[in-house]
Amino acid sequence: MRWLARIQMKMQMLFQRGKAGARLDDELQFHLEQQIAENVAAGMNADEARFAALRSFGNPALLRERTRATWCWTWLELFLRDVRIGVRALVRAPGFAALAILVMALGIGANVALFTVVRSVLLNPLPYPGSDRLVALYEHSIAGASLYNVVAGGVFTEWKKQNSSYSDMALVGEAEFNLSGVSGQLPEKVRGVACSWSLLPTLGVQPALGRNFTAADDQHSANATVLMSWSLWKRRFGGDPAILNQTVHLDGQTYTVIGILPAWFAYPDASTQLWTPVYHYKPAEIMKSLGAHQFHAVGRLKPGISAAEGVADLTVISRRLHDQHLDNPFVSKAAMARPLLDDMVGETRRPLYILLAATGCVLLIACLNVANLLVARAAARRKELAIRTALGGGRMRLLRERLMESLLLSAAGGALGLLLAYGAVQWLVSTRREMSRVDAIHIDGAVAAFTVGLVMLCGLFAGMISSLTTKDKQLLLSLQDSARGSSAGRTQTKLRRSLLAVEVGLTVVLLVSAGLLLKSYQRLRTSELGCTTENVLTMNLQLFGSHYRQPAQLVNFYAALLERVRALPGVKAAGFVEAVPGQGYWSDEGFSVVEHPPMAQGHAQFALIRNADPGYFAAQGIPLLRGHSFDPSRRLDQANQTVVDAAFAKRYFPNEDPLGKHLKLDDKSYQIVGIVGDTRYTLAKEPEPVQYYPLFAGTANNGTLVIRSGSDVEQLALPVQRLIQDMDHELPVSDVLTMDQMLGKSTQDESFITTLLVAFAGLSLLLAAVGLFGVLSYVVAQRTSEIGIRIALGAQREQVLRKVLLDGLKPALFGLVFGLAASVGAARLIRTMLYGTQPLDPAVFGAVAATLLLVAALACMVPAWRASRLNPMQALRTE
Amino acid sequence: MGKPNDLVQGTLDLLILRTVSLQDMHGWAIAKRIQQISGEVLQVQQGSLYPALHRLEQQGWIQAKWGESETGRQAKFYSLTAAGRGQLEKETANWARLSAAINLVMTEA
Repeated sequence: MRWLARIQMKMQMLFQRGKAGARLDDELQFHLEQQIAENVAAGMNADEARFAALRSFGNPALLRERTRATWCWTWLELFLRDVRIGVRALVRAPGFAALAILVMALGIGANVALFTVVRSVLLNPLPYPGSDRLVALYEHSIAGASLYNVVAGGVFTEWKKQNSSYSDMALVGEAEFNLSGVSGQLPEKVRGVACSWSLLPTLGVQPALGRNFTAADDQHSANATVLMSWSLWKRRFGGDPAILNQTVHLDGQTYTVIGILPAWFAYPDASTQLWTPVYHYKPAEIMKSLGAHQFHAVGRLKPGISAAEGVADLTVISRRLHDQHLDNPFVSKAAMARPLLDDMVGETRRPLYILLAATGCVLLIACLNVANLLVARAAARRKELAIRTALGGGRMRLLRERLMESLLLSAAGGALGLLLAYGAVQWLVSTRREMSRVDAIHIDGAVAAFTVGLVMLCGLFAGMISSLTTKDKQLLLSLQDSARGSSAGRTQTKLRRSLLAVEVGLTVVLLVSAGLLLKSYQRLRTSELGCTTENVLTMNLQLFGSHYRQPAQLVNFYAALLERVRALPGVKAAGFVEAVPGQGYWSDEGFSVVEHPPMAQGHAQFALIRNADPGYFAAQGIPLLRGHSFDPSRRLDQANQTVVDAAFAKRYFPNEDPLGKHLKLDDKSYQIVGIVGDTRYTLAKEPEPVQYYPLFAGTANNGTLVIRSGSDVEQLALPVQRLIQDMDHELPVSDVLTMDQMLGKSTQDESFITTLLVAFAGLSLLLAAVGLFGVLSYVVAQRTSEIGIRIALGAQREQVLRKVLLDGLKPALFGLVFGLAASVGAARLIRTMLYGTQPLDPAVFGAVAATLLLVAALACMVPAWRASRLNPMQALRTE
Repeated sequence: MGKPNDLVQGTLDLLILRTVSLQDMHGWAIAKRIQQISGEVLQVQQGSLYPALHRLEQQGWIQAKWGESETGRQAKFYSLTAAGRGQLEKETANWARLSAAINLVMTEA
């Protein structure tokens, strides 16, 4: 029963505290009355009795305090009182409070947003059961240039058959489908994958509706089947379960929908909407090839088997295959693996950690700034604090109030920051759809806990720094400080200067990192692709279906298309190629030079390959260095000419003239008729050798239409699309982009991190400037009378200006030196992300130093100028 | 002469518990009773009395009720709870043991 009584008591004390207080007063009053009555009974008169009773009673306020201190919930009462006092103090200084809260909100918001992303993308395990045993499998590339080369179909078949380390493994190849309208809907290009039937069992996933593929589905002779993503099913088919076992048209072929995957399933990425069996989808010879490396593979390690043991197992198999097929130089010798999570997020890891470090710096700067503001406030309230201490205010009590103030600031900042972070995360998720695991990003309990932790940390940090400046002794001294002309608060000024130096140093580190990335990004964007990028429009075409089965049908379509596009008003030139410069690696192919002696066994030559129409080089602005382009009249079997670029000529014909020589590709011989300029397949890589083959041979059924115009090429997008619709209304056109837009898209990762880092650096520069301005203004205000005396005694205004200016610049200079030193380390960390930029780039370091000094000088100029304009008479009267 | 400050806190608690175990009493009466019974040796000052009363009440050893005092005024009367009775027995035993031990030392040594 005792616990019941205690709970009752607790409730009573919590909810009826005011009443309890009144009762206590009444109880004490009763005691006093009893005492008076006793005194009267002892013979005193009324007044005497009253005074004697009060005397013996002691300090009633103290008694009340002591008694209340025994009540439960007292800690809560004290806490609420501190909050109330803190809020009141902040409301009295709304400008200060708003500024501090905003600064904290930016710092905390940026950190929470980044933490959310890092946690969701990098730290959380993949959503598959036993995901720590999932590994991505690779082959070594044949030249040994890369350890993580994609896998050949035939090699995978042997791996799967012979290995003893994996409970299951699966093959995944890229695929893109044209999903035709069922009932008047527009055709649509949908990303998908061709995967072996073992993919879902390997990952440990079941379809949400319907069934998984069976081994029987995954054969070339099987009926076409497809699994659909939850979002495509909802969007395109209204989430109707009747779609199961119905057919859809993909690339003009009939596929039976056998299942819908769960909404959360996103493998290999969030943009994948369709899954179809790979052995059915891909030609049988590709699936058997040991040298055509084009698949991703994933395996599930058996329990107790380490990743290294698994790799060793597969390597033995690969090595045996290699030795059995010495005539095929494209068979890899060894296997490789890495955890599936690393494989999926590998490229985003470093940028995210760099951004997290940057936001950490911003938060630290924000904390330092708020601490600085608090120190200034403490200085302004020195007298008040001194009086309270003199009246017996406990040191702990005063400290608690100060901490509460800074905790309130950071709590308000944290709440606002959480909103900012929510907005930032939503924005990121909606704009960066292609980032790996972007669908997994969301704010959850752990993020909320992180925010609370951050708020506490910032509040304590900023509060402690400012509290440490006040010492009891000095507090009492400051009561005597009111004497005119004494300069005050030296310790505080010193502390504020050190804080500023740290702040400036961190700012310099951020500025240098941002500057390096910015320069690298500019280098990247201005690197020479080797072709015209202005006023060039590109669009992707995919020719599928029964009327493009024959090479002649393809060639006729291309020829007619190009003729009609070139005839459009405004079109300067047009061409067609499988992939334009900057569009990516696309594909390579092994070749041999007919005129050269055969390569030694196990050796091979390969280079990037593109099918192009005769007018492509002119349209794309790739210079023809020697010879000529393809002969437009040679088509189909007659198309036996090839064009190579200068890098190709240099590497494979070092001391001879390539013109007139022959390249052998797939047992067909082509004569080299022209040499064109080098191009880059991606902005960040040096040009690689390229071999061009005639589009009019009729082997390529997809690629990019290139249109060049004199001006405003985007206006041509609609007429060209209309023209294509005119020729074949089922032909999907995708990725209609100018060259500049396409290149912008291909560098958006770099653009993203650079923009954010520049923004963070700018923010911290602003904070540092505000800090400098604040501290110097404070110092000048403190020394008003001293400066007044100096001027009155004849100091020149320029002297005063210079002295105050140097005073303010000193912490900036210290910070700059410290920051530049720290930047050397930071630059080393981001070295691998830099393109064409040295980590110790003197221009960037110089520019940062100059910018910082300029901003610091501007921030210090105003208070210094004000000091030099002081009217000595007024200054001396201010005290 | 014993001053209230000399009363160890635990001792004051014991005295209060013992006093209210006889009869429901308000604060003033408790102080007076302790003073009388101790032959004016122990004087409990309000500064210690009321914090102790409230602490014992918070702990659930005594409970308070408002009633009419001998002068007809509303006053807060304290009484012992069941838990308080147990506590009193325990404290009493403790006290007996302690004072006997001190006596032994003072007489034998």
